[in-house]
Amino acid sequence: MTPEPVGIKRELMKGNVAICAGAIAAGCRFYYGYPITPQNDIPEYLSAHLPPIGGTFLQAESEVATINYLLGTSASGKRVMTSSSGPGISLMQEGLSYMAGSELPAVIVNISRSGPGLGGIAPSQGDYFQATKCGGHGGYRMPVLAPHSVQEMYSLTMLAFDLADKYRNPVMILGDAVIGQMKEPFVPTSYVSTVPEEKPWSLTGCAGRPRRIIKSLHLKDDEIEAHNWKLHRKYMTMREEEVRSEPTHLEGAGIVIVAFGTAARVSKTAIQWARAEGLPVGMLRPVTLFPFPSREVDEAVSRADAVLVIEMNTGQMLEDVLISTRHHDKIRFLGKPCAIPTPEEILQEIRSLAGEIGVKAGNVR
Amino acid sequence: MKNKAKEKFTKQVFSRPRSLLDVSTHYCPGCHHGIAHRILAETIDHFDLREKTIGVAPVGCAVLMYDYFDVDFVEAPHGRAPAVATGVKRAQPDRFVFTYQGDGDLAAIGTSEIIHAANRGENLTVLFINNTTYGMTGGQMAPTTMLGQKTSTSPYGRDFRNDGYPIRIAEMLATLEGTAFSARVATSTPAQIRKAKEAVKKAFDMQIRGMGFSIVEILSTCPTNWGMKPLDAQKRVLGEMSGYYPLGVYKERKQADFA
Repeated sequence: MTPEPVGIKRELMKGNVAICAGAIAAGCRFYYGYPITPQNDIPEYLSAHLPPIGGTFLQAESEVATINYLLGTSASGKRVMTSSSGPGISLMQEGLSYMAGSELPAVIVNISRSGPGLGGIAPSQGDYFQATKCGGHGGYRMPVLAPHSVQEMYSLTMLAFDLADKYRNPVMILGDAVIGQMKEPFVPTSYVSTVPEEKPWSLTGCAGRPRRIIKSLHLKDDEIEAHNWKLHRKYMTMREEEVRSEPTHLEGAGIVIVAFGTAARVSKTAIQWARAEGLPVGMLRPVTLFPFPSREVDEAVSRADAVLVIEMNTGQMLEDVLISTRHHDKIRFLGKPCAIPTPEEILQEIRSLAGEIGVKAGNVR
Repeated sequence: MKNKAKEKFTKQVFSRPRSLLDVSTHYCPGCHHGIAHRILAETIDHFDLREKTIGVAPVGCAVLMYDYFDVDFVEAPHGRAPAVATGVKRAQPDRFVFTYQGDGDLAAIGTSEIIHAANRGENLTVLFINNTTYGMTGGQMAPTTMLGQKTSTSPYGRDFRNDGYPIRIAEMLATLEGTAFSARVATSTPAQIRKAKEAVKKAFDMQIRGMGFSIVEILSTCPTNWGMKPLDAQKRVLGEMSGYYPLGVYKERKQADFA
């Protein structure tokens, strides 16, 4: 099928709704979820828009059940998605481990809130560890995509479905209340699939073929060890092939910001202001949090005089930055665990950092 | 001539169901999983569903049941089989979907999933094996453990003041509007096995006709963890267990709500 020409029509849309639009465009017709703030726009939108196009919306009794509805629908070979926020994502960790172990694709959206515990509904990036290190048992990984605009809420959702099918693995989209609730214009580009539609492993009834079993139990020592190495190789392939990051003004930047999602979005404004003052500031924005752009971070840190890691937590991605490079002395951190850093705060941080390391203002345009 | 006579006077009356594989199982002597498996396989064959079936395996002794059945199977986390089955059935409403769960799986950790699957009238069939204990983990107390029953975690016998009461699942699920069929059977005598098979057929038929959720609770044995000889275990089912868990059909929908 020839894809439609790339749309030039701009639409004003909420981030959470853009995720729904991306999922529908990518052919997802099954959504299950449980209410939790601040992601309710997603189930509300899909409960209205999936049934008319022959899709299935089902509100589950819990997030524990939700992730297992996903497991069943995924095993049936269908694209399926859920969304939740921190506490609900915690309840899905069991199922995520089973899906990773059973090699089942699905897209899980975390419009995260501040924690721990019930925490608050303020925007936060406190779920970075849970998402990227994987909170379920047994040791597994999943790609984690961090959109920083409504456009990316749409396009990264489409990418998430392709990655999930390509690797037969759950994929997480990690957003927050700001990126989920804000409205901005975006272009609804066409979805072009990069993976085969056929799923020769799906359970459809064994008509005309040998039976299939989808499981994560391997009682024999050699079997479970082989399975673990197989999964490991898959995660290594992700590290080789799926790293995505966005450089902004990195060329000649004495100060480099490393931030993702909303923190990166706000940083862009601060960078604009700082550069207007003549300060040579750039940014490296990880788009995939797993696989983490370690090589890119190391290169940026090596070339810069100082690196400012900005997160809406007390320093989680910071650890991945530190693992990625030997130049720990160059790294500074600005953390806002339960709030959005303002461009003013970031600009202030840039100015004092410039003073500290002796970066002089010059013409950076 | 001889062969012709043989054809005329002999008839095969017993064979392995098509849906069962020709393998030996890991179940203990005197355990009823074998009987329940056979009933299940015979019923799949009876309705000619082998190539349209997706089974959902539990966590417990029966997790390995997919090694014995010649149908597609998915393995669920502990207690989540009704949720996994929901995901399969919603994606493929024209396929036959069943779960097979023990009492630890269904009546303890999976109560939420089973109640809500039943209450939604999810068009699934559940075989619930109640042997009053956790078999696979070594005979710990289950919600179905009888009062006074000694297990590895109720060494002084189950006491309602500490552990509450044995839970009656077939009766409880029969109270839910979404349940189309709920029955309790046993498999300790040939007559009971025939009745059990009838109940399982009815449960299958409910799903085939789109009537909603169906469950058959099967009172079963665990001689190994009960510390009993197989024959004594049968006596326990026929006596003490059937007394507290009465056999019978608790709900049988005659007409679908949508009809």
